[in-house]
Amino acid sequence: MESIINRINQQKFWSFHGGVHPPEQKAITNQKPIKTLSLPDQLIIPLQQHIGRQGDLLVKVGDHVLKGQPLTQSANPMAVPIHAPTSGKVADIKHSVIAHPSGFTELCIFLEVDHQDTWVKRTPCNDITRLSNQEIIQKIADAGIAGMGGAGFPTHIKVNTKPDINFLIINAAECEPYITADDLLMCEHSESIVDGIKILDQLLSPAFILIGIEDNKPKAIDALKKATAEIEKIHVCVLPTKYPTGGEKQLIQLLTGKEIKSGNLPIKEGIIMQNVATCFAISEAVIHDTPLLQRVVTVTGQALEKPQNVWALLGTPIHYLLNQCGFDNKGMEKTPVIMGGPMMGFSLPTDTVPVVKTTNCILAPSYKEMPSAFEGSSAEVECIRCGQCADVCPTNLLPQELQWSAKAKDYPQLKKLNLSDCIDCGACAYVCPSHIPLVQYYRVAKAEIRQQQQQEIKAEKAKARFEARKQRLEKEKIARELKHKKAAEARKAAMNKSTPEAAEAKSAVAAALARVKAKKAASQKSSENTASTQASEETTIQDNKKAQVAAAIARAKAKKQEKIAPQESSSSAENESVKDDKKAKIAAAVAKAKAKKEQNKAAESEPEQAKASTSADKKANAIAKAKAKALAKKTASNNSDDSSKEQKAPLDKEAKKAAAIAKAKAKAKAKALAKKDKASDVKNNSQDDSQISNDNDNQDISQTGTPDKVKDSSDKDTKKAAIIAKAKAKAKALAKKQLASESASEESQMIEQQKGAK
Amino acid sequence: MAFWIASSPHNHIQKSTSSLMRLVILAAFPGVLAQWYFFGWGNLIHICIAMITAILCEFIILSLRDKKISEQLFDGSALLTALLIGVCLPALAPWWISVIGTIFAIAIAKHLYGGLGHNPFNPAMAGYVMLLISFPLQMTTWQPPLSLMEMELNFSNTLTTIFTGFTLDGYSVEQLRTTIDGVTMATPLDTLKTSITMGLTITEATQSAVFGEHFALGWEWINLAFLLGGLYLISQKAIAWQTPVSFLFSLFLCSFIAYSINPDSSASTMFHWFSGATMLGAFFILTDPVTGATSVKGRVVIGLLAGLLVYLIRAFGGYPDGVAFAVLLCNMSAPLIDQYTRPRTYGHSKESS
Ligand code: SF4
Ligand code: SF4
Repeated sequence: MESIINRINQQKFWSFHGGVHPPEQKAITNQKPIKTLSLPDQLIIPLQQHIGRQGDLLVKVGDHVLKGQPLTQSANPMAVPIHAPTSGKVADIKHSVIAHPSGFTELCIFLEVDHQDTWVKRTPCNDITRLSNQEIIQKIADAGIAGMGGAGFPTHIKVNTKPDINFLIINAAECEPYITADDLLMCEHSESIVDGIKILDQLLSPAFILIGIEDNKPKAIDALKKATAEIEKIHVCVLPTKYPTGGEKQLIQLLTGKEIKSGNLPIKEGIIMQNVATCFAISEAVIHDTPLLQRVVTVTGQALEKPQNVWALLGTPIHYLLNQCGFDNKGMEKTPVIMGGPMMGFSLPTDTVPVVKTTNCILAPSYKEMPSAFEGSSAEVECIRCGQCADVCPTNLLPQELQWSAKAKDYPQLKKLNLSDCIDCGACAYVCPSHIPLVQYYRVAKAEIRQQQQQEIKAEKAKARFEARKQRLEKEKIARELKHKKAAEARKAAMNKSTPEAAEAKSAVAAALARVKAKKAASQKSSENTASTQASEETTIQDNKKAQVAAAIARAKAKKQEKIAPQESSSSAENESVKDDKKAKIAAAVAKAKAKKEQNKAAESEPEQAKASTSADKKANAIAKAKAKALAKKTASNNSDDSSKEQKAPLDKEAKKAAAIAKAKAKAKAKALAKKDKASDVKNNSQDDSQISNDNDNQDISQTGTPDKVKDSSDKDTKKAAIIAKAKAKAKALAKKQLASESASEESQMIEQQKGAK
Repeated sequence: MAFWIASSPHNHIQKSTSSLMRLVILAAFPGVLAQWYFFGWGNLIHICIAMITAILCEFIILSLRDKKISEQLFDGSALLTALLIGVCLPALAPWWISVIGTIFAIAIAKHLYGGLGHNPFNPAMAGYVMLLISFPLQMTTWQPPLSLMEMELNFSNTLTTIFTGFTLDGYSVEQLRTTIDGVTMATPLDTLKTSITMGLTITEATQSAVFGEHFALGWEWINLAFLLGGLYLISQKAIAWQTPVSFLFSLFLCSFIAYSINPDSSASTMFHWFSGATMLGAFFILTDPVTGATSVKGRVVIGLLAGLLVYLIRAFGGYPDGVAFAVLLCNMSAPLIDQYTRPRTYGHSKESS
């Protein structure tokens, strides 16, 4: 580091690769003092004028505000407040075109100027050494200062770092042609700038402070040297004029010989860079308690009669500035007006665009001085690989190869060629004899790459979400199966010794299980709903509807089952007769399966009833269907448990099988139902409606009908069985509900993913 | 008020490809003039034939390819190609030689590969080499410098010779090439080669009249003129200095090494520099940006390689001059060289770049 300082003391500097010497044209404005303009009638103040976030509005339409009054605030550190540049009335808050290359609109405050220019109360601070660092940073933050050189990074964040700073570099290079705003500011306010540097010194305590300035500003150099004469730490470094000396990385390389590693910030090397205008703003804010309300803007170009540097209030519309400087575009077919310099500035879409914190120049060229600004890309011809672009690129890229890859949309190759290190300086396009708008190609490619990356991240997130969900569902399925198995085992155990006590115990277990299931289903449903945050309200409503429908159907099914149970053989015969109707078939199959299951229960709990038709039924069932047979056998097994104990062993086995089948069927049925529900939901909503009402009716009947039947047997066990049946039906309904809601959320997620993929 | 939107940078150096080409053509003028002075009208006539052919050819192909004719026809690249072909041909070659060569250069070497900026080979050299291989007889009927010629060769004589093969007085090309002392003349490089293969030493070989009092009668001045033009181009930043410098250095080094090892059968360094197409190749052909390397390092490598190749072909190859072949070989290797000479991007360490 000492060697660096030694070199600097000898005014020897490093150099960077490439660079160009476009006509400077600074003489147009650098001999005239900065002019203070009269107040415009209206200011358009964008809420966001910097990198980061916009603050929350503090004012509303109709409010009267004073000069310096904050208009936004935010707790977010990346937000920078804005202030009323003068007193007046908030006339409107709406979207308006802002200073952005793509002509974006942003929320802006339209301030009707009252021409009183009344200040809010200010508390100037005469002795900054008494302030703590935190207080200073707070003042800088409150003043709304963002980097005034280019990007507009919030200054209070940049200065709020660890104390290990080797170099504080003040960027006074102003390498862009035409612009003289910093030059004049240094000439006229060098003391304030040095005050600002002192404040930064206090905050950061760097080992050295270097001011980098190009040698085409002799007056500013003198003024700075005079102002910093007695401060040993500060070195004014006069650099040869070359574009882009003022680029952050280039200036660091020139002054310290260090390269900032790609993707790193200078702070990693212990270097912090601040623009001179920012230093001025800092001193104004900390010492005079004046927030950032105005800045020097170079209004220049040969399309103006009186090009000049002006103090422009933030929010001043461009047309006001142009008028003040005698803008004359009569006889001009096209009028490009550029915000920023000719190399990196962007042309403005309209003249209502306001001055913002980063606006350093308004350039209105004539055709004669800058024909290429009028031609656009129409002059483009084929690249002849002359390599001149590569010769001038300060980042040492290969612009011609980048250009080919950008045209071919070969993003991996662009990455290999380090497109992301391009600083958009425009030197390559400036020299290209084929007039290829290289920078434009890079910008498009960069934007596309950014978009692609964002999409990839999104897809990655969606995938992770999907995987997590799949896992969870898998887990739930396993848990469910386990539960089913347990329940089946319990049932089996109860069946094996269907004493009243055992039956009681079993029913108790079943009831408990049903309760647990119901609870779990409910909780799952709610968690599902909260988990799927993307699902809109609409889908939630749909979920509810679906769930209701499913519940209704389930209830109807439960009722049917109870009806079918006593007259099982006849119903199975009926079922066979209505085979043609597909829907009816599915319904019948479902009903059948349910009926069988129900019959099991009936068989266990109503031995008398079953006994009445034991032998006859057994045979009939065996003939009718294999499944029915199995069930009948089960019935028989239950009966035989009571009657003949010799037959117990083989029959027991069969009963087990039957139970397993019944279980599987029940599962299949649940699935089929879920599918059917979904399908019918989509296909025929109207039918669903009618079905719901039917189902409701049926349910009423079933509820009233059940006790009747129970009365018939007038058995304790029968009552319990009915209760169990109801509980199970409820549980099933809930399960279906859950399924329905799950399928709905799955759908919504799929839609989400598709959107993301698009 | 709405403004005109354009993309940055808004300023431009105001140079264009066509002006660059024009500059190169302009810079070739001293050399062409020197050629005219020493060898008569032959090459100028060929340049004219080639240019007319090139423009016609370019026009037809551009219209076939639906390109913007008005802009590309006069971008100068076709004219430059024609100029180079015309300069390279033997002065008394028949007219159809330059026509065929130019058509090959423009239609096949340039446009079939995608037009300006996409051709892998220097069109002029591709055309020249095609001619050299296809029409060896016509392409080696070199005319001796005027001062050594028995017959006076004025403009009309040259014209009829080129178009009919005979002068107005009915002399054939062969008769024209015969000098006062009845020897058929060849270029100095040619003579040197044949003499050395005949077992003569360099000193003996250079006794021949074609060598004049310096290195090669006439040729030395032509080369000097092209060198001047080349220096002008470098001063105008129209061409990169690395290629010619490294090429000349490499040629110098090779011939110097050979000369110091075996001065009897190796020509001097300056002979290599100032005979044949050395300077033309160094400043006007190798520097063709389209077919060369793009990075600084790459250009240096190309120059070194070309110098070595030229020397090797001159010393050991079957052809007396090797510039055309060397250029084509370098063109072939340019993409590879580009691949391996990418500059290190700012902020990237050596390994990752
Ligand atoms: S300056 Fe233009 S023409 Fe030359 S290599 Fe670069 S992109 Fe191609
Ligand atoms: S715009 Fe990018 S590629 Fe072009 S010279 Fe600047 S840094 Fe290099």
